[in-house]
This record gives sequence, C-alpha cells and structure tokens, in this order.
Amino acid sequence: MRARDMLRGDMDDEELQRYVEERVLTTTLEKALNWARSNAIWPATFGLACCAIEMMSIVAARTDIARFGFEKFSASPRQADLLILSGRVSIKMAPVIRRIYDQMLEPRWVISMGACSSSGGMFSNYAVVQGADKFLPVDVHVPGCPPRPEALTYGILKLQRQIQGKPDEGWHERYDAAGTEEWARLAAVDKGDQV
Amino acid sequence: MPDAPGLELIAGELNEAFAEAVLGTAHAHGQATIEVQPEPILDVLRWLRDTPGQEYTFCASVHGVDYLPQTPRFAVHYQLLNMARVERICVKALLDDPEDPEMLPAVDSCVSMFPTAEFQEREIYDFFGIEFRGHPDLRRIFMPEDYVGWPQRRDFPLGGEPVLFTHNEHKTPRWYD
Repeated sequence: MRARDMLRGDMDDEELQRYVEERVLTTTLEKALNWARSNAIWPATFGLACCAIEMMSIVAARTDIARFGFEKFSASPRQADLLILSGRVSIKMAPVIRRIYDQMLEPRWVISMGACSSSGGMFSNYAVVQGADKFLPVDVHVPGCPPRPEALTYGILKLQRQIQGKPDEGWHERYDAAGTEEWARLAAVDKGDQV
Repeated sequence: MPDAPGLELIAGELNEAFAEAVLGTAHAHGQATIEVQPEPILDVLRWLRDTPGQEYTFCASVHGVDYLPQTPRFAVHYQLLNMARVERICVKALLDDPEDPEMLPAVDSCVSMFPTAEFQEREIYDFFGIEFRGHPDLRRIFMPEDYVGWPQRRDFPLGGEPVLFTHNEHKTPRWYD
C-alpha cells in the first residue's frame, strides 16, 4: 500500500499519528535530534575507583562501544555528553563531580556504574555519599561490583533507547506494573483521576 | 629491633635523661615499644635519633590511636627505624582526653625533626582530632575542610545509612511503607 493511499483515510487518529512519526521525512525535528544524539554520545574521561578499570575496557576490542557511536572518551567535560560515575563517591569528591557535571553542556546524561555510586555499596560510613543521585540526576543505574564491561554496555544501550524516547519498561513490563509507580500515581492524583 | 634487654637499657637511659619520661615498655610479636609521657616526646625522639649507638634516624610512620575505654585515651605512635642495623622501635606518646569537650588533646609536633611527619600529623589531626603544637600547617588533609567531627574516634558514629537485613528489619517497624 502506498503512503498516499494510506493517508487518504485507511488509518485514523493514533495509528496515523504513529505512522507519520515513523517515516523518515515526516519525523519530528526532536526525534531526529534525539536519534543523532543517542548515536553520538561521548562519555567524559572520568574514573572514580575500581569500576573505572572495567569502564576503560568498554572502549577496547572485546566490547567496543565505538560500535554504538560512543566514539571516544572526551578529555574535556565541555565536549562530553555522558558522565559515568565509576566507583564510590566520597563526600569530598561530590562537589567536584557536581562541578564537572555543571560544566557539561546540555543535553547531558549520567550513568551510575556499580553498587557504590548507586547506593554507597559496602561503604556505609562517614566518608562516602550513599548514592550519587543525592546530588546528581542519574539516568541509568548499572548494578554490579564491579559490573562487567558487557553490563555497562547494556546500560549504555538502555540509555540510548531512553534518549530516543522509548525507554525500556524493565520490571514495569515484567510485572505488568506500568502506572503503579509512586510518581505515576501522584501525577494521576494531580490530574484528578481515581487511583 | 632491639631485643628485650636492649629495650630495657634504652628505657633506663631515657628515664635517666628525662626524669621519668618512660611509662612502660613492651616487647611482643617482634616489636619493641616504649610508652612515654607526651610532654618530653620531642626530647625522647631527638635522643633516639642523635645519641651515638641509637641512631634511629628514619621516621617510618606516625599513627594516631584511640583506646576509648582506657585512660589515657589517645596515643600517638612513632615508628622509628635505624637504617644501618635495620632495627625498629615504636614510641607511644599517651595523651589524656581533656575534660573540656571543646579542647583537643595536644602533643608537640615532630615536623622540625622529621619533615616526613608533616602530612602524617595532619592525617592524625584530621581523623582523631589530636592537635600538634608547632605544626607548620595543621589543616584537614583527607576529609573536606568544612567537615565537623573526628571520624576515626571510637565514639564517632559510623555514618552511612542503615541497611535492612532479615536480622534487623524488626528494628524499623513498617519499613516497607
């Protein structure tokens, strides 16, 4: 069926909307931008602890993330799009990380790699921030201690899908739980819906 | 290291030179230790460094210790090394906790004698809150400058966030809310 025939009335409303958005020529500018962005993310050259060893190996031959457009580690935060928090974040390091994050240009993303930067990990003590999302918005948490390079690559691919506007539902899908999250329920209450 | 009689000889000579400076000696697990009063600590270290026949010229490391239930509560350990004989000796300066909680236990700084002690004394100040009189630059070294408290003291809370396990979840009722 040719596109002109379909647009004449064989489709309606949402179906038509989706069809138009998916075409290359009629896609929205934002979608095109996000597609380009998601395929040209440069992580900042920034390691915190032992996870950085695993992070270094994702650019090496075995799990070569240049395949996915993460072409190189940018030596300057001003040319970087992605900050990988690879290791425990001490409270002395937190303002430094925040400053590096602030130096990065919009749009920017953060991956929290490993147990320590996601939750403090085994360092439940006076010196370590218990989860980097206390001072930074984190997009993807990669579990592991340390995560294997494959796991980090998987997290990066998840981030890619998130940037393209179709984030993986993960457990929401697996447990048929979309819409039951706290934020979704609060949003529904704000709109006046019955929860 | 000096053997046990040698250690006693050193302690005796120190006592003679500096009026009952030595509180005790210990020789265990291959380590010779002299416990001394904090006030003459610089004299003791200088004696060990400069006296012919002793010549513990190298300060291998300086540590702070908190022996909380005991008094005196704090100690500063100086690990000295004679490079020629490869002999080590540990000098402990025992410090009382001041009555006034605003005050810090204080001991003379040995930076003038052993420049390597500068950062190690800063570290002890940072973690134990032991003041080193005469230190050229006594600031925090590991913790942020605006940090409050002395985190390696035994009465300092561990920090972090409580982690829920099955053995302690009853202590936080309705944690699942």
